[in-house]
Amino acid sequence: MMSSLIDLNTTGHYLHWGFIQISVANLVVILLMVVVFVLAIVIPFHAGRRER
Amino acid sequence: MSADATGGTAASASTTAYTPEDARPLAGDERMWTARLRGWAIRAFPPGKLLPDRQPSYVASWVYVFGVLTLAAFVVILVSGGVLVWRGPSWWHLSKVGLFFNSIHLWSVELFFFFMVLHLWGKFFMAAWRGNRTLTWMTGVVSFLASIATAFTGYLSQQNFDSQWISTQAKDGLNSVGVGAFFNVMNFGQMLLWHVLLLPVAVAVLVVLHLLLVRHRGVVRPMARQGDPKDSAEEAPGTSGARR
Repeated sequence: MMSSLIDLNTTGHYLHWGFIQISVANLVVILLMVVVFVLAIVIPFHAGRRER
Repeated sequence: MSADATGGTAASASTTAYTPEDARPLAGDERMWTARLRGWAIRAFPPGKLLPDRQPSYVASWVYVFGVLTLAAFVVILVSGGVLVWRGPSWWHLSKVGLFFNSIHLWSVELFFFFMVLHLWGKFFMAAWRGNRTLTWMTGVVSFLASIATAFTGYLSQQNFDSQWISTQAKDGLNSVGVGAFFNVMNFGQMLLWHVLLLPVAVAVLVVLHLLLVRHRGVVRPMARQGDPKDSAEEAPGTSGARR
């Protein structure tokens, strides 16, 4: 499964929900972006020097 | 050695430390466009504001890192794209090093859009257009759109079956809105030149404008919580000109 997902020389995998159609690759990227965004809010940032 | 109008010499001027007073025009020169432009630039972008040493405490969040990550990816795109322009399509298709640089160019574009969209989300949810930052927001929006056009012409410039497929699909859409005569996606030469010159220059100018506006207005404060006295977006300094 993983090898077929990352092999760009094969036919793409698509998901369908009614009129919505999205490639698995695009869905993975969008979900990854959401995860990174949430982590950026949650994980504390230890700044060395602050103004105020 | 040549003497200048004030009686000094070129040699002495070059060895004397520069002071803000040097930026002031001589008596009678105040209305010259050079003096007025210099005065505006110094007022809008004093050195401590243009390149600050410290940031406000609210900037200490990973959400504020996405903008500079986008910028870093943009630099990699420009450098790798420059190498591709230098060596040409047969090199990036056929040689191992060419394929490597082609991939670097592609993946830096992927990261560029990845971080730019995260930057967009972060700024949208903190309403970063507050505090007279409309132009900052709009330059970001337009640079995003220009980046999409640049990436699109990049896909058309690959010179492979993928680019042929994309161009033949896109021509119908563009023809239907009447721009096909001016922006012909089936014209490889035109698309390549848009991709390597016109659009990158447009994106670069917009990004520089965006950065200058960020430095001029400062980084927007987080929104005031309910019960706080007021939304203090106007006061966000974003600079440390007074504190070194």
